[in-house]
Amino acid sequence: MLRRAMGLLARPVAAARARSFSTDLPAAQTADSTFVEAWNKVMPNMDPPKTPLSFMQPRPATPSSIPSKLTVNFVLPYASELTTKEVDMVIVPATTGQMGVLPGHVATITELKPGVLSVHKGNETTKYFISSGFVFIHANSFADIIAVEAVPLDQIDANLVQKGLAEFTQKLSSATTDLEKAEAQIGIDVHSALNSALTG
Amino acid sequence: MAMAALRREGRRFAPLISPRPITAVRSSPIAPSHEDEGPIGVRYISTQVVRNRMKSVKNIQKITKAMKMVAASKLRAVQSKTENSRGLWQPFTALLGDLPSVDVKKSVVVTISSDKGLCGGINSTSVKISKGIHKLNSGPEKETKYVILGEKAKAQLIRDSKKDIELIITDLQKNPLNYTQVSVLADEILKNVEFDALRIVFNKFQSVVSFVPTVSTILSPEIVEREAESGGKLGDLDNYEVEGGETKGEILQNLAEFQFSCVMFNAVLENACSEQGARMSAMDSSSRNAGDMLDRLTLTYNRTRQASITTELIEIISGASALEG
Repeated sequence: MLRRAMGLLARPVAAARARSFSTDLPAAQTADSTFVEAWNKVMPNMDPPKTPLSFMQPRPATPSSIPSKLTVNFVLPYASELTTKEVDMVIVPATTGQMGVLPGHVATITELKPGVLSVHKGNETTKYFISSGFVFIHANSFADIIAVEAVPLDQIDANLVQKGLAEFTQKLSSATTDLEKAEAQIGIDVHSALNSALTG
Repeated sequence: MAMAALRREGRRFAPLISPRPITAVRSSPIAPSHEDEGPIGVRYISTQVVRNRMKSVKNIQKITKAMKMVAASKLRAVQSKTENSRGLWQPFTALLGDLPSVDVKKSVVVTISSDKGLCGGINSTSVKISKGIHKLNSGPEKETKYVILGEKAKAQLIRDSKKDIELIITDLQKNPLNYTQVSVLADEILKNVEFDALRIVFNKFQSVVSFVPTVSTILSPEIVEREAESGGKLGDLDNYEVEGGETKGEILQNLAEFQFSCVMFNAVLENACSEQGARMSAMDSSSRNAGDMLDRLTLTYNRTRQASITTELIEIISGASALEG
């Protein structure tokens, strides 16, 4: 009985914490209340596990007018390259071609192919070569770019690119099974994208 | 009687010269009292047993201190990787929200645990939470299966939920954790297990002394569509235009798989961090306990030693006074 009381006390405390974090944001949840209730019914002696919602940085709501800057999050498994950086424009290599993203872009989910990502801020441009990934553009001018690998263009060695391209072309011609053909094709795609990134 | 006293005297001096008692010590390692009866009613109080215990406790203290140092250095290595990977799952939660209370037919619980032991209670906590989620999602037409990563959870879950286990994966940390390995793992799981919702249970690393059990939910593309159509939390997913690919379904499929591998990567790293942190604190409290035990044993040792000296002195003096008088 005491534990149920503690469970009941915990939720208002969690709500108070949510209120103390959100200054100009709409009420951001820190826990899914239906889950917590269902959990307390099934396992009353244990605290419910936390969910990613409680560790999430809250995002601003969609503003009524188009903001002047685009906020970009560029994350990789090993590092967060850019976190909430305000830029003017990004150009992402979507599967349908290079796509430019400006503040106020319509909300989109796009898959990326290996290619060059360029971030434009004022007069400076930073270019990265990314292996595939996803980009989410939200209505509040936030863009999340998630890629598996990214390297700045000046760290790519042109000789190795040529060697890799030749190697994979040869593998494709000598491939027997579908799996090998697919792997060789992927290698060719990535290397030719690298090639055009270096030249173009 | 005087001869017996003399003989007793002779025997009595020997332990004073060499610390080891010469008569056979019928030492019982369990009994804390060390009095022994020799063949002529001679009494020795043996400190050997206490000394043996002190030696072994000191060794244990050294070993646990060393294990703590090793865990601390491993923690430092994994911690930086973990903190860098924390940005990876945030975009997915920002887009798709977090619905742990979603109502699905087939849930799969992916329990992440360690392979080695001596890491405190984190593995038991993960298993308890997995069992709780199983109970939460059981009902008519609903089923929950387990996918287990790590030896410790396997040992605990195989006892009572053997028929619900789909896949067991061990030896995860033989090579340093990297994204390629985890994505191959995620691929295996996605290929072999059907699911409507995947719930990953792991211990999130908050600090060296605090590990929070967490569950991350990943929905299959069909459920995402269903929730988006029915409104609610995923209602505005429909407002997003989906570019590229032939169909929206294909993109959502790729998205779900990518989300799974990213969230899995972060979860595995966080669990590894928590394991090292828990091992540090377990070994630290163990070496502290060993230190306390050593202090107590030292006191007992000194008391025993002083008591034996006193006894010997008494016997000598009473023997000498018996001779005189």
